[in-house]
Amino acid sequence: MCQECGCGLPGENPVGISAHHHDHEHDHGHSHGHHDHDHPHSHTHPHGEADHVHSHADAVGQHRVLEVRQAILEKNDRLAERNRGFFHARGLLVLNVLSSPGSGKTTFIRETVRLLGKRLKTGVIVGDLATDNDAQRLRESGAPVVQITTGTVCHLEAEMVAQALKQLDLKGLDLLLIENVGNLVCPASYDLGEDLRVVLLSVTEGEDKPLKYPPMFQSAGVVVVSKMDLATACDYNRDTTQANLLRLAPKAQVFETSAKTGKGMDAWCEFLIQQHQAIKTRDPLGG
Amino acid sequence: MHELSIMQSALEQVLEKTRQAGASRVHAIRLRIGALSGVVPDALQFAFEALADGTPAQGAQLLIEDVPARFWCAACSQEFEAARMFAECPGCHRPSTELRAGREMELTSLEVD
Repeated sequence: MCQECGCGLPGENPVGISAHHHDHEHDHGHSHGHHDHDHPHSHTHPHGEADHVHSHADAVGQHRVLEVRQAILEKNDRLAERNRGFFHARGLLVLNVLSSPGSGKTTFIRETVRLLGKRLKTGVIVGDLATDNDAQRLRESGAPVVQITTGTVCHLEAEMVAQALKQLDLKGLDLLLIENVGNLVCPASYDLGEDLRVVLLSVTEGEDKPLKYPPMFQSAGVVVVSKMDLATACDYNRDTTQANLLRLAPKAQVFETSAKTGKGMDAWCEFLIQQHQAIKTRDPLGG
Repeated sequence: MHELSIMQSALEQVLEKTRQAGASRVHAIRLRIGALSGVVPDALQFAFEALADGTPAQGAQLLIEDVPARFWCAACSQEFEAARMFAECPGCHRPSTELRAGREMELTSLEVD
């Protein structure tokens, strides 16, 4: 039976694939009440039928109301919680690393892995629309790396991470860094099951970037101001950046780093070690 | 364009609820979208029209309620609506770390028959 409308025609059709138009139905010699759709109340309108095109829009309030009250991304949220439980059970600290394209995520992650060395064994999942260039660059750090190519999808979803985990040997890992698709809009909506969202803002992007992308920065647990080696060349204004972040993301911890010179990377790595320590001592039942 | 995949998820829920209710036609869909959700209502509308074509939700009215970002100021013991999405209390100008509303993306209700 057609799962879309219960009309009794064979076949089931996923949403968004519009092949199933019922164009063929009238050849079958049986009628489908709702497809020719006679509104029983249409004749009671005071104005003439001839000039009255009856759309569904003006019938709002005339029909059966179904209360739903469900999060639209309920499915992703559920899968993200499953990922989170999976990570917690393994004592794994998981970071969702986000930024615009070109803010230096890959270099920052590579240097983080290298500097942490044996202190925290790290694995990386990296998402891009196409190519595995970033995965190859990240493998230089010696960490196990899984590339997710999303095709045309502009963000990672919890299910993609769950699939990627199957290719990653988590045994002995302490930290999982998920490099999201470079995009400051879409990934903000998708929980992956991470412990912490890390948003990178490079000094080349301008101090007002957080003001332009409030949802992303508002969701950040950590903001990393990257490429500090270019701060002078870019006239980076620390006070303005800090003030903007405070107005928008007051709960975010801010680190200024240069993956190139190593500036600020020690403080960042120490922070990760502390976070991992907190995860390990966390009550396994209380989460 | 993640509105397309968000609308896709919403439409899947809409069609499932419609089926479960034994209804065959969707007339209206009500959503609540928060200012900090990262979703643009106009883009949702566009995505809806593209995706609903050929489904029982085709031609349904999409009614989107905008939910402003609201924070709690502990110092002033009051909730405030965020201006320009800033988490800054208009009373004491202190930043708030407690978001009370504004990240919603919710399918509220449907009208079907």
